[in-house]
Amino acid sequence: MITAAVPERENYLNHAYGIKSWLLTKDHKRIGLLYLFTVTLFFFLGGAFATLIRIELLTPQGNFVSSETYNKLFTMHGVAMIFFFLIPAIPATLGNFFLPMMIGARDLAFPRINLLSWYLLVIGGLFSLFAMLAGGVDTGWTFYTPYSTTYSNSWVIATALGIFISGFSSILTGLNFIVTVHRMRAPGMTWMRMPLFVWSHYATALIQVLGTPVIAVTIILLFCERVFHIGIFDPTLGGDPVLFQHMFWFYSHPAVYIMVLPAMGIVSELVSVFSRKPVFGYQFVAYASMAIAVLGFLVWGHHLFVATESVYSALVFSFLSYFVAIPSAIKVFNWTATLYKGSISFATPMLYAFGFIGLFTIGGLTGLFVAALGFDVHVTDTYFVVAHFHYIMVGGTIMAYLGGLHYWWPKITGRMYPEGWAKLSALIIFLGFNLTFFPQFILGYLGMPRRYHVYPDEFQVLHVLSTAGASVLAVGYLMPMIYFIWSLRYGKVAGANPWGATGLEWRTASPPPVHNFDVTPIVTHEAYDYSTVVGQEVEVG
Amino acid sequence: MGKFPLIPEQASTFAPDVDHLTYFLLAVAVFFTVLIFCSIFYLAIRYRRRSDTELPHVPHGGMALEIVWSVIPFGITMVMFTWGAGVFFKESRPPDNAMPLYVVAKQWMWKIEHMEGQREINELHIPLGRAVRLTMASEDVIHSFYVPAFRVKQDVVPGKYSTIWFQPTKPGKYHLFCAEFCGTRHSGMIGWIYVMEPQDYQRWLSGGSFEGTLSESGEKLFTNLACSNCHKADGTGRCPSLEGLFGKTVQLANGAKVVADAAYIRESILHPAAKIVAGYQPVMPTFQGLVTEDGVLQLIEYIKSLGPKPIVGGGGALGK
Repeated sequence: MITAAVPERENYLNHAYGIKSWLLTKDHKRIGLLYLFTVTLFFFLGGAFATLIRIELLTPQGNFVSSETYNKLFTMHGVAMIFFFLIPAIPATLGNFFLPMMIGARDLAFPRINLLSWYLLVIGGLFSLFAMLAGGVDTGWTFYTPYSTTYSNSWVIATALGIFISGFSSILTGLNFIVTVHRMRAPGMTWMRMPLFVWSHYATALIQVLGTPVIAVTIILLFCERVFHIGIFDPTLGGDPVLFQHMFWFYSHPAVYIMVLPAMGIVSELVSVFSRKPVFGYQFVAYASMAIAVLGFLVWGHHLFVATESVYSALVFSFLSYFVAIPSAIKVFNWTATLYKGSISFATPMLYAFGFIGLFTIGGLTGLFVAALGFDVHVTDTYFVVAHFHYIMVGGTIMAYLGGLHYWWPKITGRMYPEGWAKLSALIIFLGFNLTFFPQFILGYLGMPRRYHVYPDEFQVLHVLSTAGASVLAVGYLMPMIYFIWSLRYGKVAGANPWGATGLEWRTASPPPVHNFDVTPIVTHEAYDYSTVVGQEVEVG
Repeated sequence: MGKFPLIPEQASTFAPDVDHLTYFLLAVAVFFTVLIFCSIFYLAIRYRRRSDTELPHVPHGGMALEIVWSVIPFGITMVMFTWGAGVFFKESRPPDNAMPLYVVAKQWMWKIEHMEGQREINELHIPLGRAVRLTMASEDVIHSFYVPAFRVKQDVVPGKYSTIWFQPTKPGKYHLFCAEFCGTRHSGMIGWIYVMEPQDYQRWLSGGSFEGTLSESGEKLFTNLACSNCHKADGTGRCPSLEGLFGKTVQLANGAKVVADAAYIRESILHPAAKIVAGYQPVMPTFQGLVTEDGVLQLIEYIKSLGPKPIVGGGGALGK
């Protein structure tokens, strides 16, 4: 159990005890921890599926699990990781905990709805878990029709309902964030003084509220066809299978930005704090988040280049896809420029931020590859695409998430994590990640299709490299799990502001009191004005 | 080619086109990756924190910089777009003289039908240097016809025809993969493409069992299904005559006009009520479930053969 760092002072962790004080809490900080616990569970579940996949792929023959099992493994890996880990991971844990604190609020606008959101995720998660335990689902996380509606003999409906329910968790969290940012900012906290973490969560929330209902509708239609045989997607019932892909990606492409925008928000915070400088081009970075949120809705058709989409709509979607690249590039350049003449600390969170920038750059640039029509025809549905999106989602989102967890750990728990071990694990994760996924770019270009249980011999060497990398990566992920728990009891006691950060969350005790601030903060400076927290100005360099 | 090639064999006219595009994309990616990695390394070490109390001077924003690093990448991406679109455009326009072939995909096999009547499963023999156009149908779920050595891929979607074309440039044996997840034995839905010297191909064509050309099989089916009872050649039947139909514009009962292409004929066989020819009653029953996708393709070939002039090429007729 979490022990408070300073037992005598009342904080959000020790003001009440017992299971009920957690399960019925309306405190955004405790709800954030409930989410942390939940998504960590799904992360390790999804990781276990990935491990089994990588073991199977060590040899070209299917000799570890059957084809049925293999297909279920990659499906459940995708479902667990995307819907129950990556989408809620940053907004629902760190966002929930810190978004209100960063704008000087006592809580989110709707604390009860916030608790309801967590219950919806848990109920949705239980549905999907039930499906996994009862026998699993084998459609791929993309549920393409008519396979999912007519042909699959697995737990499609239970899994899809789980995703449907957890979608409302996402919608309500987004709604809560939007209202909170509009209505709950402390005096003096103008829009242009908000930390970039808040900006990126605001942009994310817009996608959650506008995009998620579409996947809900899609799942209802899937349900109607599978259960009641109402022809929507299956051509033998008069439907159109490609319609499903349009609807699915209308949500699921923006969903990538639900995963990566909050990560960008964390990286903006980290780069600033550990350079002790405002983020270069603050306004450009803030507006870039909004641009990504809007443009993300206009590019779904780039998943359908070989799916009998017309030549002209393919051209339009390819063209529009390049527009998303620009705000992403703006962010990367501004983060890099922030380092110039800064005071750079190599604390663990900063190492993760560097890792994020590097891996996101590779993920983003290979995104330009797959947006090019003639190139995409060759690599779509191959390991090239698998590598590309893992660079964004694992190399990007998970690196940033871990960076954020390390950065805010002292605030959340009142204890420091062990720096040496943390640096080592960051390095292991970076190396393990690249060894796992870089070979997959080559595999894909060579023509190795994704979702193959059995594969031709010539691909084995690269698969073995990838599996070797995955085992390194697994070690890297287990380490923080262990030392974070260790630090709850043995970590150094952290002060209110161990990093010399400017965010309002650091202006209150660690762990924070129940109502976050003893006195409502009044904001008089821009975000990231380090003259308010440290030393004398010097010309560095 | 070394033991561990980094690119697949180049065996079609598209392969060098796609690879050149790849080299360009790769050059841009390597440049920016190196730029970002080196900048971070250099700046992070050059400006490492030397004292816990130091506070760097804050430089003022650089509007010029922001414009530079937005506009230059945008320009580069537009080159990527145009180049990629150019390759794609070529891939979606089969030449008029392309050799037509039919493919029927089903869980978990590829069935290929040659005009001359040869049928293959999970194998496709084609002559070197000749453009080939495949018209593809699926009997069940979505599949995807993928030949890495040709750099081409096209989904095969149930309920409609899709087309793909390529022109092999190198004799040999190449992988055919199903690239769209299609169920339990998805990874077993693979085959080989054999690119043969033209004379070898001719020899191959003349060998093997011969069950009649595709349109002859279609004619047999036309009779067996009793289509000719209503679709009488002289136009006196309850249904329109099919003589010379293929490629013609048909006047429909609802006032619309439609070109009688493969998609239209397929629809008229499986969903006869969807489009009624002007002057006729909707009396035709559906043949869905009675005739397979292969059968439909044979019937289309037969109806084509009734026409005075089969429409050629463009691929437009079959739709992409």
